[in-house]
Amino acid sequence: MTIPIAQDMEIVATAQAAAVGEFIGMPRDKIDEVKLALVEACINAFEHSHTRDDKVRLTFRMGEEKGADYLEVEVRDRGRGFDESRVERPAPEKTFAGRQKRGWGLQIIRSLMDSVAITSGPEGTRILMRKYK
Amino acid sequence: MSEICKVSAERQGDIAILLTDGYINNQGGEEIAREAYAQLDSGARALLLNLEKTRIVNSIGISILIEVLERVMDRKGELAFCGLTPTIDKTFRIMGLAQYAKVFPTQEEALRALAVAGRGA
Repeated sequence: MTIPIAQDMEIVATAQAAAVGEFIGMPRDKIDEVKLALVEACINAFEHSHTRDDKVRLTFRMGEEKGADYLEVEVRDRGRGFDESRVERPAPEKTFAGRQKRGWGLQIIRSLMDSVAITSGPEGTRILMRKYK
Repeated sequence: MSEICKVSAERQGDIAILLTDGYINNQGGEEIAREAYAQLDSGARALLLNLEKTRIVNSIGISILIEVLERVMDRKGELAFCGLTPTIDKTFRIMGLAQYAKVFPTQEEALRALAVAGRGA
């Protein structure tokens, strides 16, 4: 699916993730984790990609690896990309000192999903994230 | 489509209970902050945020909740949460919110603890 960069569109996307998760019998709490990771990936694309077409492309896949079912979500934008190694890592002490309240998206995505692969360059960014059932 | 979080409030003495319903994003967070500050300005010592009707809080929403927590701490008050889903609980711990605010499974347990803390103040 392709969503426009607009208020609440990330929630529209989570309905699709939930539908695929429910289809493979993923527990509700794990579906919630996928939904939040997807929300954070969409927000990052909305706020930071500076995409040329004001759209974010999403693909939902279900699959099985070594007997374990999984739900995979791919989030792609056609923005200007970013260098993850140059992104300042957030920390609670920075957040509460008032210096860095934002910038938690990638950390949350990595904490909630079982695997995350990010590829980014001048043609855009692709986040591929997987959660096992 | 709009997923604006609804916030309702009630008071039990000097404890204000804020019940959220829906997605907490920037708008939802600002709605909570507006109600929280109104409660503090009208004399509430402690705030209890009951999130049992909320299943997603994004990182922008949490950053606004942290601002609310900082204001409560500045006033030597207390902020507590209850009714968190496991995902929200995990996210609060990742971002450090749970280090500074108490988290309780139920509203009843939270109110008991906040009342005891208030008597000791």
